[in-house]
Amino acid sequence: MIRVENLHKQFGGFRAVDGATLEIASGSITGLIGPNGAGKTTLFNVIAGVHSPSGGKVTLDGEDITGLPPHELFHKGVLRTFQIAHEYGSMSCRENLMMVPADQSGETLWNTWFGRKRIADEERALRAKADEVLEFLTIEHLADHKAGQVSGGQKKLLELGRTMMVDAKIVFLDEVGAGVNRTLLNTIGDAIIRLNKERGYTFVVIEHDMDFIGRLCDPVICMAEGKVLAEGTLSEIKANEQVIEAYLGTGLKNKQKEEA
Amino acid sequence: MMIDFLNAIVALSNFVLIPAIAYGSQLALGALGVTLVYGVLRFSNFAHGDTMAFGTMTVILFTWWFQSMGISIHPLPTALLALPFGIAVTALLLLGTDRVVYRFYRKQKAQPVIYLIVSLGVMFILNGLVRFIIGPGDQRFADGERFIMKARDFKAMTGLKEGLAIKTSQSITLVTAIIVVIALFWFLNRTRTGKSMRAFSDNEDLALLSGINPERVVIYTWLIVAALATIAGTLYGLDKSFKPFTYFQLLLPIFAAAIVGGLGSPLGAIAGGFVIAFSEVMITYAWKKVLTYLMPDSLDPSGLVQLIATEYKFAISFVILVIVLLFRPTGLFRGKAL
Ligand SMILES: Nc1ncnc2c1ncn2[C@@H]1O[C@H](COP(=O)(O)OP(=O)(O)O)[C@@H](O)[C@H]1O
Ligand SMILES: [Mg+2]
Repeated sequence: MIRVENLHKQFGGFRAVDGATLEIASGSITGLIGPNGAGKTTLFNVIAGVHSPSGGKVTLDGEDITGLPPHELFHKGVLRTFQIAHEYGSMSCRENLMMVPADQSGETLWNTWFGRKRIADEERALRAKADEVLEFLTIEHLADHKAGQVSGGQKKLLELGRTMMVDAKIVFLDEVGAGVNRTLLNTIGDAIIRLNKERGYTFVVIEHDMDFIGRLCDPVICMAEGKVLAEGTLSEIKANEQVIEAYLGTGLKNKQKEEA
Repeated sequence: MMIDFLNAIVALSNFVLIPAIAYGSQLALGALGVTLVYGVLRFSNFAHGDTMAFGTMTVILFTWWFQSMGISIHPLPTALLALPFGIAVTALLLLGTDRVVYRFYRKQKAQPVIYLIVSLGVMFILNGLVRFIIGPGDQRFADGERFIMKARDFKAMTGLKEGLAIKTSQSITLVTAIIVVIALFWFLNRTRTGKSMRAFSDNEDLALLSGINPERVVIYTWLIVAALATIAGTLYGLDKSFKPFTYFQLLLPIFAAAIVGGLGSPLGAIAGGFVIAFSEVMITYAWKKVLTYLMPDSLDPSGLVQLIATEYKFAISFVILVIVLLFRPTGLFRGKAL
């Protein structure tokens, strides 16, 4: 379980996350919604160790993980994907996945020269696993394609695939559906549900597509202006006065901006 | 007529091709070091020339020590034996510098321009250190057989008027450069550590979030850079001579090579090294002799036919740099990531 207590993140004088408090229950698929600029991505970045918080506390199963660097969080099973898909462009999709589990034997100079057999065995297992993941995501035909050259949606699948290369505890997905077509989005949704059921992954999903959120997520948390507005099922959230106002509010603000 | 043509080819090989290949290999090794630092640590390391000087200096000190104990690997230069020790000391120096200086700025996520200035500071310190230890003067440390083929023997063998000389240092340079480049590419493309360096260079955010430990990547990078710098410097010193100021001056052609090839691209660094070396040698070479062989007698050149005097050779790197960047701002090989 992840607990976020009174988390703050300021950029200059601007409060991107402004005292957010929330809990992610183990085994859940929690939705995180909110208008653009609500601070969702920033919240992810602070939890995932990309930004250090200006204040507040994050705990994982009671252990304080506030401000830990990303690679240490990775070893604790805290993973995330990016709003704009990241990939190693010059490596193949399979190699991209094979990069994931850290601390392989091949990473020490000693083994590079003297542990060839162990490395070879490990690589074989890793390769099989990568192929399995590609198949799970229905993109096995892309295994040898350069990751820089596949479509945006396929890169998103690859991002999800990366989290399957290790035993993650909790995975933060930032706008998995952005720029992804319906069919692919359904594939991603199915994969998330299966991972949740079969491997017990906890997910936190930022997504603007309410059908997608409705199908996958319970509970749903709504953020606005750096704060948590409401938590509940999607229908409860949709009926919440404050939430409606927050979405309308930005709508109005945007209109005013356009007119100005 | 045929003989004239052969003489022209031999003269060309002797004065242009062979020296340029050797110099190009040295520049390529130097540029690889610059490009690795840029690719992984994301800054232009102005201290690289002086790192090469430091590495070469330690190799020279070990060479002298071995010589005084009567250890030699004749006909090869003793410096080759000293090379691994020089690399080890230089690696310690670079890791120490990183610990004391660069890591501080890395923690602060400093801008590349700040790194650049910091590396200038490191450059001055290394520069002083090297002069303090070994002095600013010229040091010759090449021993062993000087030539693989002497001009005189070549003439006797072929009966040609022109001689072809191949220095031991030139062949050692080429062979070593080939071995080092193969090893480096194998390392970067086939080993897990090399791949994590490439991953880090390609997309730092993603590498961090896949559990790659950045400090470890940085350490490996400095280790490799130490080896590249020491080898490049030693080969250059064996081929010419060792003088701290010359190594500082080498910074320009080395950076030109790395940038022309595309900063961050290892293949580019190698190509860039040869582009710069060949241009420099060809433009400063007096073509009179070769042309005299090739042209009919009535057209024999009267002057030296030297495009630019040797004193200005450093300007050449600069001009090539500008020309390439005008037409292809990312360099020949589109740099950025390893
Ligand atoms: N690195 C940053 N520097 C300055 N401002 C930032 C930075 N990252 C995000 N912000 C600002 O914080 C606010 C919240 O952004 P973000 O977390 O991306 O929102 P969301 O993901 O909910 O759309 C935005 O106004 C954005 O401009
Ligand atoms: Mg966002």
